[in-house]
Amino acid sequence: MRAWLALLLVCASAGAQQARSGLDFMGPATQAMQRDDSQNPAMLWLHEGQALWHRPEGRDQRSCMSCHGDASQSMRGVATRYPAFDTASQGPLNLSQRILQCRVQRQRAAPWAPESEPLLSLETYVAQQSRGLPIAPSDDPRLAPFTARGQAAYTRRIGQLDMSCAQCHDGAWDRKLAGNPITQGQATGYPIYRLEWQGMGSLQRRLRNCMTGVRAQAPPFGAAELVELELHLAQRARGLPLETPAVRP
Amino acid sequence: MARTLIHVPPSVRRGEPFEVRTTIAHPMETGYRPDENGRVLPRDIVTRLQCTLDGALVFSADLYPAVAANPYVAFQVRAERSGELRITWEGDKGFSQTETVAVRVE
Amino acid sequence: MTVFDPQRRHALALGTGLAASLVVRPGTAATGDLAAAIATFTGGRTPEPGRVRLDISTLVENGNAVPVMLSVDDGIALPQLRSLALFNERNPQRDVARFRFGPASGRAWAATRIRLATSQKLVAVALLEDGSAFSHTVDVVVTLAACIE
Repeated sequence: MRAWLALLLVCASAGAQQARSGLDFMGPATQAMQRDDSQNPAMLWLHEGQALWHRPEGRDQRSCMSCHGDASQSMRGVATRYPAFDTASQGPLNLSQRILQCRVQRQRAAPWAPESEPLLSLETYVAQQSRGLPIAPSDDPRLAPFTARGQAAYTRRIGQLDMSCAQCHDGAWDRKLAGNPITQGQATGYPIYRLEWQGMGSLQRRLRNCMTGVRAQAPPFGAAELVELELHLAQRARGLPLETPAVRP
Repeated sequence: MARTLIHVPPSVRRGEPFEVRTTIAHPMETGYRPDENGRVLPRDIVTRLQCTLDGALVFSADLYPAVAANPYVAFQVRAERSGELRITWEGDKGFSQTETVAVRVE
Repeated sequence: MTVFDPQRRHALALGTGLAASLVVRPGTAATGDLAAAIATFTGGRTPEPGRVRLDISTLVENGNAVPVMLSVDDGIALPQLRSLALFNERNPQRDVARFRFGPASGRAWAATRIRLATSQKLVAVALLEDGSAFSHTVDVVVTLAACIE
């Protein structure tokens, strides 16, 4: 009996090393802003996304709804599996790229620019349909080489400060950088309302911020390196509940 | 038309205070921020929020540049009967927007 | 033991006084502004501490959106309250917001999110119809984002 208890204790303490969302590291006021839909500023984008889902667009004036129906059913679980393998381009696509692909190729509508308000709004709406579900990145073996490159990028030192993602987010999380808690860098709630931006932004925007922060040249939006990093981050966050739309400082 | 969110409980008790939460999409440009060329961007903020219930004043707020972007303002209302809550935002550059929401007294 | 030389001390004081006037000491000039802004609001009356409450986190993660709540204690009936105001110490401008409560108001209570440029004092002031005024001051530490664009 005592041995069994001891084993249980060891397992419990090992569990303390598990993945933790950025939500955990925030103060109660910011957490409340995320948890309460009546206070979460990202809801402005969510509602806009809902309107866009229903809006007829493009050459044949079709809305997302005309093919995908009720988003709460058709899109449930989708965001947890992204980035996904795209047979057309034979590489990974993140959720916003998939939405754009659909818009251009199937709705025959003009593309939206990266980080544009309509794209962020629609991505927020689609991703939010998976809120609460565990992040479950695709195990498609064709993604393996891309994920490996993402992992290599994650551990590679870059920039004038010569720092890697891993140094802070694996090696120094829960310590502080200029008064701010260093999180594990788990991408659990994108697109997010970042207080620093006073608006919504994608994971790629946040990654580019960090790269600028270590004085590295950030690749442009949509660059392969960024999508590969997203792939690795999705694997890292496996099992954590999706929080979109999250609030972060 | 700016995006707005107004949260009111689905039903309220007669005479008992209930909370109303409002958000409006607005940059609240302070008038102190420089652009990339170093020129100060002109102020563009929401300066006032006013709420009436069937015409009677509930609450008003005068806002200054220190209020955060996408301003969130919450306050409490007391209703004796079901009615219409009217919320008006006004600001720089002639900005004005009114939204209405029903209050249902059970 | 140093001999106390009043003339030398005077000369030194003049020198440091000049230096001090060139470097704005944090807090001193701002406090004057803050007091003046509050006085304009209260019509010259110095508020007494108490009876009004400012709820704000004392450690703020990002100064761009700081939740605040203002309220007045139950002893003050709604019709007695003229206005509730919030002032800051170190933003470019002292005013933050002013709230008024009408007959259909549920409670002398308001919440919003504000911007804080740096660590500073925040002061909530309640002005009553009889001219009296009350205040609550909170010292807030603001951390700035480490990674910006």
